[in-house]
Amino acid sequence: MNGVNKVESYEGEWMRPGHYACPGCGVAIAMRLALKALGKKTILVIVPSCSAAIAAPFPNTSLGVSGFHTAFETAAPAAAGIAHSLDIRGKKDITVVACAGDGGTFDIGLQSLSGAADRNENLIYLCFDNEAYMNTGIQVSSATPNGAWTVTSPSGSIGRKKRFMDIIVAHRIPYAATASIGFPEDYMEKVKKARTIKGLKFIHIFTPCPTGWRMAENLTGNAAILAVESGIFQLYEVFEGKRYQLSYEPSRLPVSEYLKIQGRYRHLNEDQVLRMQTEVDEEWERLTKRTKGCL
Amino acid sequence: MKPAVLTGAHFMTGDVACAEGALAAGCRFFGGYPITPATEIAEHISGRLPQVGGTFIQMEDEIAAMASIVGASCAGVKSMTATSGPGLSLMLENIGLAVCTETPCVVVNVQRAGPSTGLPTLGAQGDMMQARWGSHGHYEIIALAPASPQEIFYQTIEAFNLSETYRVPVLIMTDEMIGHLSERVVIPEAKAIHTVSRPKARGRKDRFKPFAPGPNGVAPMAIAGEGYHIHVTGLTHDERGYPDMTVEGQEVMMSRIVGKIRNNLKDIIRTDSYLLDDAEIVIVSYGVSSRTSLAAVDEARAQGIKAGLFRLITVWPFPEEEIRKLAARVKGFVTVELNLGQIHLEVERSAGGLAPCVLVGHAGGTIITPDRVLKTLKEAF
Repeated sequence: MNGVNKVESYEGEWMRPGHYACPGCGVAIAMRLALKALGKKTILVIVPSCSAAIAAPFPNTSLGVSGFHTAFETAAPAAAGIAHSLDIRGKKDITVVACAGDGGTFDIGLQSLSGAADRNENLIYLCFDNEAYMNTGIQVSSATPNGAWTVTSPSGSIGRKKRFMDIIVAHRIPYAATASIGFPEDYMEKVKKARTIKGLKFIHIFTPCPTGWRMAENLTGNAAILAVESGIFQLYEVFEGKRYQLSYEPSRLPVSEYLKIQGRYRHLNEDQVLRMQTEVDEEWERLTKRTKGCL
Repeated sequence: MKPAVLTGAHFMTGDVACAEGALAAGCRFFGGYPITPATEIAEHISGRLPQVGGTFIQMEDEIAAMASIVGASCAGVKSMTATSGPGLSLMLENIGLAVCTETPCVVVNVQRAGPSTGLPTLGAQGDMMQARWGSHGHYEIIALAPASPQEIFYQTIEAFNLSETYRVPVLIMTDEMIGHLSERVVIPEAKAIHTVSRPKARGRKDRFKPFAPGPNGVAPMAIAGEGYHIHVTGLTHDERGYPDMTVEGQEVMMSRIVGKIRNNLKDIIRTDSYLLDDAEIVIVSYGVSSRTSLAAVDEARAQGIKAGLFRLITVWPFPEEEIRKLAARVKGFVTVELNLGQIHLEVERSAGGLAPCVLVGHAGGTIITPDRVLKTLKEAF
């Protein structure tokens, strides 16, 4: 086959189908939408994770842009090195994007991301959060919600899911935002906005995983919408580490509407669900205060 | 609730047998981090440890996983972690800490093909020298190479026993093929399993020296909470455990941590042989490659070639003396391993020019077939 390294593009799309993601993969949707928003002049830095499986071996290679596959714990510094090199060489029109999952961001990559954020490296960091180590077969991460089943938290995770946005915002980077693949226009607008800002831009994207969440693969979109509508996952932006702006006012459906479509929460009793609802209510209040500048 | 020792006949993978071996050996703490093809060890033991009063924690990376088992062992609980190549690379600094602080612990490396991310789902034996020399500084270490799920069960117990006896990290250098292979594993009754615990500190608490060697060169170990004051450091330290950053201090400490292994080789080294007594050509192999080598020996014998297998159970320390003895009487050595020549170099070094050595190597991702071993053997000798 000729043109080994060239992936034909569909109009305006820089990721093609036929890759190695599981059916209904939220990360694949997130990667596709990000590339659609970013365009061809993008270098994607990926780590050993679901993203690497989605980038896939030839002939299933899905990326229409150049990719650099780095070690698990180093998405941000590898991207920073590329960005510096482009800068030295005067290439101003190429966007460097680091992609990692929740494990690669919340856990093993936290130290190196923190360093990059402190130095305000010029890159976009996309965190695809599917709330566990899915590529190795559903092990708990510090993004796994309290009570959720994984193979290494067989009776439900005892962790509480790090408030990761608080951690990244504490670095006072120019732009931090959350997004959900259930709200694609909002997500793509945020990616486009990030592209125009110099410094480290962080976007935390909610990417449901039917395989790991034990739900049918046609429910990915529903889960991504319900998480936002119930207030479990809030959509907002933070500028310069201080100004919070709400992106979407949810209808505040009961969290049970979101939980009941997923097998990983099947063992929860009424009390546990109630506790989760209380926590979501409190978190919502916290965000509201922030967007009003009261916190 | 299941007991710690699952007495009976089972059909299980190497990874699961490794976890069960650890429990039978008395391991009660596991600091884990997911990585293919070792994840199943963590998965299995995460459910089993709480049943026997132990603790499984999943860490944020392999650096933390390794550090946690050094801490747990230092405070008195037999501890283990399991990983594959990229994870071992991250663990190496803390493996060196365990060597320097003489903290018993077991590290399982279910090898996959590297370098870097390599072939995450396919096996290799490319980390053998990394196991020996991966952490900085000069040291001695023990590494085992099981060749079946049954053997990984027993060798995991052996790994703990050796680690506790010599206060040294012990690596179990298995591979993806053995880790994911399902076979019959027979687990004996608990009372038939021999387990060893570290030499314990005794005597006056105000005069205890935590790094003063006993008869076999190994110092008794004080456990947190028993009243002994201890100071553990990765700096060069004296017998009291306090930093002693002098040339003399370095010499004393190094001769102890190197000497306790070098002076006990007979007790530590384990090998196995097949049709070796009258062999003229010796195949040296370990792990999955030793299994395919067995078939090559049989086929060679059927063709009238006097071949035999020398199987390494402990890869480190390396059985130099045994190889040298063989070298004096055989036509040559064929080392079979899933890398491009690592243990082969050790065989060559140990043979000392007395017999020619050839390699049947492979970059990894598949097994080495008996046909290839036989072909090389016939071509070379």
